[in-house]
Amino acid sequence: MEKRIRVLVAKPGLDGHDRGAKVVARALRDAGFEVIYTGLRQTPEQIAEAALQEDVNVVAMSILSGAHPQLFPVVVNLIREKGMKDVLIIGGGVIPDGDIPALKEAGIAEVFTPGTPTGDIVKFINENV
Amino acid sequence: MDIAKELLAGSRLALSRAITAVENEYDEAVDIMKKLYPHTGNAYVIGITGPPGAGKSTLTDKIVKEYRRLGKTVGVIAIDPTSPFSGGAILGDRIRMNELTLDEGVFIRSMGTRGSLGGLSHKTADAVKIMDAAGKDVIIVETVGVGQSEVDIVKAADTTLVVVVPGLGDDIQAIKAGILEIADIFTINKADRDGADKLNVELEMMLDLYQDKLEWRPPIKRTVAHRNEGIAELVQTLEEYYGYLKETDKLTERRTERVKAEVLAMLEENIGRYVTRTMQSDGEFEQMVQQIQKREADPYTLVADLLKRLLK
Ligand code: B12
Ligand SMILES: Nc1nc2c(ncn2[C@@H]2O[C@H](COP(=O)(O)OP(=O)(O)OP(=O)(O)O)[C@@H](O)[C@H]2O)c(=O)[nH]1
Ligand SMILES: [Mg+2]
Repeated sequence: MEKRIRVLVAKPGLDGHDRGAKVVARALRDAGFEVIYTGLRQTPEQIAEAALQEDVNVVAMSILSGAHPQLFPVVVNLIREKGMKDVLIIGGGVIPDGDIPALKEAGIAEVFTPGTPTGDIVKFINENV
Repeated sequence: MDIAKELLAGSRLALSRAITAVENEYDEAVDIMKKLYPHTGNAYVIGITGPPGAGKSTLTDKIVKEYRRLGKTVGVIAIDPTSPFSGGAILGDRIRMNELTLDEGVFIRSMGTRGSLGGLSHKTADAVKIMDAAGKDVIIVETVGVGQSEVDIVKAADTTLVVVVPGLGDDIQAIKAGILEIADIFTINKADRDGADKLNVELEMMLDLYQDKLEWRPPIKRTVAHRNEGIAELVQTLEEYYGYLKETDKLTERRTERVKAEVLAMLEENIGRYVTRTMQSDGEFEQMVQQIQKREADPYTLVADLLKRLLK
């Protein structure tokens, strides 16, 4: 069997900081994952639909603009509404510690902030998919 | 969930899961394909291939939009190479097709080449069938390059569009044999760049050389994909070629060849798998290897004996 973990790396909203998302995408590829990168400025609807068409195991979103409290929960709900109950949804970027509990409450499995070694992200995915 | 049944009832999630089952070789894949097979054979399958960065994905995006304008539903299978070092991949074709994501008449799936390229061509063929059964009118398969692996993949297509770009120097010479074997239509993309005329002349000259062997002389179109130039004409040519295939019975011929190749490949694969499994379950294989290595026996005789035993 040739199973591979598939990850959608997505940038929701108008935030143009894509360096982190690209670094993460490359690190995940180097860890043996199949990464679907959809580029900047995706709406939550686009992200959820791409996750469905690509049948990914993980949706990984990056936001540095501060819009995470609005956008992350919307994406989680849309993905679950589409019947993808077991997709692991994680987030990263410039996210204040104080916001993290609410995001987890909303269904984001883990949040990775600046300075996180990419190995930690790989480890988390391997342990939770 | 009964994937085949839900797919046929229109579920996009089931469509997606069916492709995963095939791609990951899940046990249920065979059952799904059995149920879907009677519903296949209706889509027009177009292969798009060409060198890295030629604009294949941008072109696919625009071709899909044109087909949508014509009222057709479309499936896209976009294939990118898997890294031989990590086994991972960045599947980036979709980035050029983001505007299609929310169109319910379109379904896009990215695939990595993963390990075996032979295996990929059969998985691609199955993914095409799955989209076909889901009712897509047109299915586009995008692959990089024109090596042997891609030749196998495009065999799943009714029509192969080869994308070339100006300014690649001697590349045309290097790939011409492979190209001629598979090209039904050429498009010179990035025709906004210098060298499009020169490339056009070169291609025509190459086709002249092979004129006698060509029943259909591939037309050479020009496109500027990111500006949507030449796309309507290109789609018209794709449709004309489809018409030609149908009128001349070439479509039936091609599809017959495809069924033959598929059945043979499946047989080989299954027999191969059976043999490996049987041989590795007892110690006899190891023993054989030892004997051959010590020159106590030769592989030719042993293999012939084995075959006789396994296939009786
Ligand atoms: C580089 C940078 C830019 C570059 C971006 C280049 C690019 N293409 O990415 C440029 C100069 C263009 C830029 C512009 C702006 N920036 Co700026 N920028 C930065 C800066 C200095 C570094 C970001 C970076 O690339 N880091 C390197 C990468 C590798 O790290 P990272 O993204 O954090 O990713 C790591 C983790 O967060 C995590 N991660 C990130 N995403 C994900 C996703 C997943 C799924 C996972 C698992 C992990 C993960 O893993 C990564 C590896 O550890 C930050 C400050 C900072 N120190 O973070 C400000 C910062 C993000 N920018 C900021 C601002 C305000 C802007 C501008 C609005 C400035 C302006 N007024 O014009 C514009 C807006 C641009 C736009 N269109 O959105 C603010 C945001 C404030 C906020 N959130 O409240 C910051 C925080 C600076 C600040 N302290 O004020 N910026
Ligand atoms: N100048 C010019 N650029 C184009 C044209 N078509 C596409 N491009 C650009 O070429 C780059 C590559 O385009 P893609 O569509 O990703 O090419 P591709 O062949 O799918 O690439 P791979 O899948 O990576 O092999 C992008 O920056 C496009 O915007 C064109 O007709 N003219
Ligand atoms: Mg591409």
